[in-house]
Amino acid sequence: MSLLTKKADELLGWVDARFPLTSNIKAHLTEYYAPKNFNFWYFFGSLALLVLVLQIVTGIFLTMHYKPEALMAFASVEYIMRDVPWGWLIRYMHSTGASLFFVVIYLHMFRGLLYGSYRNPRELIWLFGVGIFLALMGEAFFGYLLPWGQMSYWGAQVITSLFGTVPFIGPDIAEWLRGDYLTSDATLNRFFAFHVIALPLVILGLVAAHILALHEVGSNNPDGVEIKKLKDKVTGIPLDGIPFHPYYTVKDMVGVVVFFIVFAAIIFFAPEMGGYFLEANNFVPADPLVTPAHIAPTWYFTPYYSILRAVPPIGISQFPGVAAMGLSVLAFVFLPWLDRSPVKSIRYKGNLYKGWLAAFVISFLVLGYLGTVPANVWGQFGAWLGKADIATVVARIFTAIYFAFFILMPWYTKIDKTKPVPERVTG
Amino acid sequence: MSSNQIDKSQTKIEIDEEKRKFLIATSAAGAVGCAAAAVPFVLSMTPSERAKAAGAPVEIDVSKLAPGEMKVDEYRGQPLWIIHRTDEQIAKLANHDAQLTDPDLEVPQQPDYCKNKTRAINPKYAVLLGTCTHLGCSPAQNFAVTADWDGGFVCACHGSKFDLAGRVFKGSPAPTNLVVPKHQYLTETTLLVGEDKESA
Repeated sequence: MSLLTKKADELLGWVDARFPLTSNIKAHLTEYYAPKNFNFWYFFGSLALLVLVLQIVTGIFLTMHYKPEALMAFASVEYIMRDVPWGWLIRYMHSTGASLFFVVIYLHMFRGLLYGSYRNPRELIWLFGVGIFLALMGEAFFGYLLPWGQMSYWGAQVITSLFGTVPFIGPDIAEWLRGDYLTSDATLNRFFAFHVIALPLVILGLVAAHILALHEVGSNNPDGVEIKKLKDKVTGIPLDGIPFHPYYTVKDMVGVVVFFIVFAAIIFFAPEMGGYFLEANNFVPADPLVTPAHIAPTWYFTPYYSILRAVPPIGISQFPGVAAMGLSVLAFVFLPWLDRSPVKSIRYKGNLYKGWLAAFVISFLVLGYLGTVPANVWGQFGAWLGKADIATVVARIFTAIYFAFFILMPWYTKIDKTKPVPERVTG
Repeated sequence: MSSNQIDKSQTKIEIDEEKRKFLIATSAAGAVGCAAAAVPFVLSMTPSERAKAAGAPVEIDVSKLAPGEMKVDEYRGQPLWIIHRTDEQIAKLANHDAQLTDPDLEVPQQPDYCKNKTRAINPKYAVLLGTCTHLGCSPAQNFAVTADWDGGFVCACHGSKFDLAGRVFKGSPAPTNLVVPKHQYLTETTLLVGEDKESA
């Protein structure tokens, strides 16, 4: 042993006597045994972590130049884009990162639906994950107001108005959220506080809990079998497990490279993504007296926005639509207890579940599309259907399917014809 | 059962009731203290004195507003519409009651002194907040009369339609009529919006 490595060992020993460094590296990386059959769908957890880091780092640099003040906010964003050295790159990384965060998270959640990753004993991992998803939606919403463009402003106006529809206490809540009688400087200033400190702290805490819970029970896999059931008699290592580092760190690096290619292509060639990532109306400064002709949220909120529009008011109250929108997001919370199938993975589930999952994905996509366009996009039915907007009727049908996927799950998963699950993972 | 756990059935645990009561009382007092400490933080998010001052009543001169014209002012940052209705427009308000969601003004979207056919103190002047009751967009004016349209407003966001008294048409996503804010006439042609004789 050379003198250098000896000194390094001594230093590590000194640290280990005072801080659990080596033991944590072992517990979470070199001796965390993950199933050996991870596939494509297992890239998105580590990618989500990567995007989170990117958002935090680019966000810190944006706050160095951004002014959270109604009279200066819009101009300060343009200043970042035009005058700050490389400001355009940092800003486009942040705005593109926001959209890609949702792409990655949606694919990560879909993986959970495919392989039953929310099932016993991973309910808490799933719940922390839903918490991250909700906080992320808040983070995106608060952040979207900051450029103080027309779409920022009116989007915030519409969403804070949603709280105003809660019976009895709604108008007071809306006023309290805005800190004024309308969306104003006070609203911008507090949304900035939520966006740059409050929610990032919540997200970081939840991510830590998500990973700790995962490393306590171990990862699921595409076969949905528990690798901890069969361990090597001598070492106690799961027979189908391989250490996360180096095997999956190397695999994830491939995902990171591909992700960065896509990320860079968007930043450099299509940062606005045809109006889906950055909307045209947001290049006009906010004006409380002029409403844009068509208000649509950014693409990642449109499925829920469609549900909001599709549910008709009861009497004079808009609350049913708002409640339905809230439930459409919260429905994910209940998944671990709605799925009664004897098997976890879609590989061994029957056609019934496959059909419902396909219907759910189609609903999500159709509702997502309809949320980006005006309700009259497909014209109206004839008088025989009361001249209803075709798109509204379609949105109602898919809203029903969306909720049926959750509500009927205890029944269709129970009667579904499942296949026998193998003892060990199949590779 | 692991060895270091105590079998409770065999061990008598003496509970110091006095100490327990004290602990419960201090915990409760602590909880009340925390709740009390939260109050200033929650209230700090309500409209500030500056915001309240900016939301003070506004005075509007309508002497130069010609019949058939409309003026957009600002009240609490919301568009405030003053429409000088012509006699013809006032007459037409009675024509389409059957197509309205709430022709009898049952939902209190106006002060009691405006709960009448024209939703106004002086029928000539309509005073409305130009914010759609659906989701807060500002409807656009569409005063051109056609065979089945007596003139009014159409919201660009989700297609809600209102007449020249701000009453919503059936089939609109907006659930209620537009809001008539509290107001009073200081002179024949000077309006004070945001305060009426009752609240002053």
